[in-house]
Amino acid sequence: MNTLNRITLFLLLLLPLSGCGGGSDGPSRVVLENKGSDTLVNVAQAWAEAYRGINPNVAIAVTGGGSGTGIAALINGTVDIANSSRSIKDSEIDQVRAAGAEPVEYIVGFDALAVYVHGDNPLTSISFDQLAEIYGEGGTYENWADLDIEVPGCQGQEIIRVSRQNNSGTYAYFQEAVLGATRDFKLGSRDMHGSKDVVDLVENTACAIGYSGLAYATDHVKMLDIATVSDSSAVMPSVESAIDGSYPIARPLFMYTRGEPTGATKEYLDWILSEEGQCIILEKGYAPVRQVSCGA
Amino acid sequence: MKQTRLIMPTPDLSPEAIPTTHADLEALDRRDLAWYVDKGLQVAIFIGGISAIVFVLGIFVFITKEGISFVTGRFDLVEFFTSPRWLPTSNSNPTYGALALIVGTASVTGMAMLVAIPFSLGAAIYIGEFATGRTREILKVLVELLAAIPSVVWGFIGLSIMNSLIIDLFNVPIGLNILNAGLILGLMAAPIMTTIAEDALKAVPDEYRQAAEAMGATRWQVIRRVVLPAAKNGLVAAVLLGVGRGFGETMAVLMATGHSIQIPDSLFDSVRALTATIAAELGETAVGSDHYGALFTLGIFLFLVTFIINLTADLVVRGIRKK
Repeated sequence: MNTLNRITLFLLLLLPLSGCGGGSDGPSRVVLENKGSDTLVNVAQAWAEAYRGINPNVAIAVTGGGSGTGIAALINGTVDIANSSRSIKDSEIDQVRAAGAEPVEYIVGFDALAVYVHGDNPLTSISFDQLAEIYGEGGTYENWADLDIEVPGCQGQEIIRVSRQNNSGTYAYFQEAVLGATRDFKLGSRDMHGSKDVVDLVENTACAIGYSGLAYATDHVKMLDIATVSDSSAVMPSVESAIDGSYPIARPLFMYTRGEPTGATKEYLDWILSEEGQCIILEKGYAPVRQVSCGA
Repeated sequence: MKQTRLIMPTPDLSPEAIPTTHADLEALDRRDLAWYVDKGLQVAIFIGGISAIVFVLGIFVFITKEGISFVTGRFDLVEFFTSPRWLPTSNSNPTYGALALIVGTASVTGMAMLVAIPFSLGAAIYIGEFATGRTREILKVLVELLAAIPSVVWGFIGLSIMNSLIIDLFNVPIGLNILNAGLILGLMAAPIMTTIAEDALKAVPDEYRQAAEAMGATRWQVIRRVVLPAAKNGLVAAVLLGVGRGFGETMAVLMATGHSIQIPDSLFDSVRALTATIAAELGETAVGSDHYGALFTLGIFLFLVTFIINLTADLVVRGIRKK
């Protein structure tokens, strides 16, 4: 009896599935292949999921693998849209051209890193050189006195470096932008496992300094203005300064297509750049391409 | 087949009824539903029984397979055990020194044991020897409840509450350190240690206590001179299992140690544990790369260490059971 009931229940559960399967065989169903950057993969997935509600006839298959993988797939023509957290190289443009198409670039958002300190820290700006002395291997800054400040509530005035785990994109970008491609991080930093963890730790630790996405800012931490060299004027991190390119540690995030997109691909990209699409990237912790107003 | 016979109805033992031909035996062998259920359960229990061995072997084979290309290739034994430089993603010069991670794990586990041993042995002695009736039952339930708190919750307590608390109490720059992780890990390991230690105390025959009391020993003397020495092996096993728990714990130490690569010189230094390194880095590592292999090599090392600790504990426990 019990077994019979279970079988019946199982069959009942299968019914809607088979109904669904039948529906998706409709002639107008389009699948878009979207591949590339791991930095963008979460946002790309969020876009794809939200877009299912907008246009149920278009399914977007998102895969990561890295920016290089995405662009290689674009060259081979196996994707409709390639995601990349770096701009396409000239050699890659030539390869796409050789395959008979012109790559078209879309900037879909910005990944801006802010340098955070505790709310009580009197520091207001910092330069790349100073950051490199704090974070870089062989750097000499160990105490806040090295920056000529005294941080209230910080015992021993030691600089507590907060960083990220060594294979995160944020770690790699900060290293490349601030330390240079070949200089390693100084060992002994507190390596947090997420963007939010960095901000949380800085919030609770008077001695701390950390870097994380702009969107993770809270009222209890302070974001430093960033100068590329010590005597140049420092730029405040914000969505605006990330968009106009004046903020030095923001990188644009790209999507590439082969030739001018048409049909479903164009509709999808237009939607990504719309208010709704840009709110999703903001929600995921990146800067949108322009100011957007998103309800809470 | 032999076992099936045993549950057959009482056999007719008269000489002519004893089955001699194959056909007679077939007739006796009634394969009804009960027989199949019995067989099925036998198989299921057998699979359940050996599954632990199969899984442990399977896991060992898997981590060895993933780590072996690194061990035989890039791996440098001296670097691995003597260098604190764990920089697997360096662009210029990747290094795979695990010393700081090993020291980190060892120091946090050591701190945890300093906390957990007095707590759990004290609790076990109180529950096993002094508490009676309701108090005893309630205490046992509470201790087991402590074991039910998920490790990520402990880690969260370490990250958000203990961090600020340690900064304020000890006037140190950061509260994510050996002390924080050790305290948390101690509290996490204490319940299982208490339970095993209490079992060990319970295994000491009451006659021992009665004999000692008859000779005029006080309660404390009975415990210290008679019960504890008699339960020694079980107590050692409890401590060893606690150590194994400490070595293997991941989430809480990831969050509470500060996850910082350095050789600590005080309780207030941040460290990084082996387990936490694997947890934090494996997810975003290219499969088959040196970094990937190095993480699995850490896994092999951890597996061997915890395996030896648990095996020792098991042998020690077996030691008392045989007596």
